[in-house]
Amino acid sequence: MKHRTPIREAVMTFKRTPLLSGLSIASIGFSLFTIGLFALVAINFRKALATLAERVEVVAFVLRGTPTETISQAAQDISAFPEVLETKFVNADEALSRARRELVEFKEAYRDLEVNPLPASFEVRLRPEFRDAEHAQAVAERLRGFPFVEDVRYGRDWVERLDRLRNMAAAVGAVIGLAFAAVAIVIIGVTIRITVLQRAKEISIMRLVGATNGYIRGPFLIEGAIKGVAGGLLAILMCWITFTLFKRTASDTGATLVFFGALQMLLIVVFGTTIGLGGSVLSVGRHLRNV
Amino acid sequence: MIRFNHVSKTYPNGVVGLKDVSFQIPKGQFVFLTGHSGAGKSSILSLVLAEQKPTEGDVRVSGYQIAKLTAHEIPRLRRRLGIVFQDFRLLEYHTVEENVAFALEVTGARRETIPNRVMRALTQVGLASKARAYPKELSGGEQQRVAIARALVNDPHILIADEPTGNLDERATRGVFQLLQEINAGGTVVVMATHNMELVRDTGYRTIELRGGRIVFDSGVDEEGAAR
Repeated sequence: MKHRTPIREAVMTFKRTPLLSGLSIASIGFSLFTIGLFALVAINFRKALATLAERVEVVAFVLRGTPTETISQAAQDISAFPEVLETKFVNADEALSRARRELVEFKEAYRDLEVNPLPASFEVRLRPEFRDAEHAQAVAERLRGFPFVEDVRYGRDWVERLDRLRNMAAAVGAVIGLAFAAVAIVIIGVTIRITVLQRAKEISIMRLVGATNGYIRGPFLIEGAIKGVAGGLLAILMCWITFTLFKRTASDTGATLVFFGALQMLLIVVFGTTIGLGGSVLSVGRHLRNV
Repeated sequence: MIRFNHVSKTYPNGVVGLKDVSFQIPKGQFVFLTGHSGAGKSSILSLVLAEQKPTEGDVRVSGYQIAKLTAHEIPRLRRRLGIVFQDFRLLEYHTVEENVAFALEVTGARRETIPNRVMRALTQVGLASKARAYPKELSGGEQQRVAIARALVNDPHILIADEPTGNLDERATRGVFQLLQEINAGGTVVVMATHNMELVRDTGYRTIELRGGRIVFDSGVDEEGAAR
């Protein structure tokens, strides 16, 4: 005689009702797949924004005739700013040769110059966490405080636009992400509830022969957790297939797309397990109160 | 073992199940609950099983006061009761022995004792040879015997049988009833709700008849209400 254990009962459910179990896993999988796809888009969008943000740079133009010692000292001072990643001094000659190299349309104009019109400058790159309008402006203000600094530029409009884009992406991401998660939880809850209702008779018999609520819940919780894990793995597989197909199409554009890391995949499975378990707890609990 | 003292039960939808019902069932008694559908038989059984609480009055079963039972105590009470239903309520995906063992497993009985106890109960109901069969492979009478074995396996103080012969032919009815009588002869209280008046008349056991939620006849008390 085989003894009844919560794990055996949970596993037997998959054997007895393969279609319903498969549907539950598929519904968890598809729900997590929509969240996963959205997360992939969000991750890649954030990566693209971070690449753009690397261009955030504050340039301080230096007055002609500023002594070299003053410039070396200032370079050290600027590098010590908490927001600053790297400070580069570009002297007037370097500025001119760079202009000749990069601004091809003015090549002729720059060639015939007798006096170099371009000033020397400090090019200040910010640390990733400070690449926004507020910090760029703060650094710019401090640079303006140096007496030898003639002017400071940091592409204010562009940085502010980048900030707005980032905030918008975060807000849209949070709203859509939460909506997807809510829909997933509802779908999974309904699916698990169907399996609980299917076994209503068994639950009522258990209660009448004196089973405690904990004993009754056991197999359902394990079943919910197994379905959650399987659904999570299915979602990762579907995301990966979609990602691979999309990457093949997008490779012509030169964009480098990234997939989930190990931690993020683990999170998807943990999330699946949590909602599988949560759905079971709620559905069985509600049912037990009504039996 | 069972005591109803001025018990009334009104359901949330306003339906009155019982009105001022009082009776006592002492140890070892066999009692029929009779009456038409809606007379109050099911209300009495569901109060005994602690599926419901009384609206008024006091119900005591095997020392437990039903109105004051906590969620934790309900399973403990039910383990002292054996329950048999008209529709058998067996687990169709489990064998006969697993169905019987199930009632022991939920109570946390020691694993090594379960096979022997199950076999003893199946032998008692005459189904030891069908231990490995599934419920759908058995006749109605046999399925009801499995349900009785499940009710017996915990050595209950009280056996509640709700229309246990309602779905059976005459021969199976006699067989199941004889089994219940044997169980009662061993000292277990048997409370059997039934429509089968022929069965009731032939045996001479105590009969409590209900109508509209009230007791209209109780062969266990005299006209002054004293126990016979």
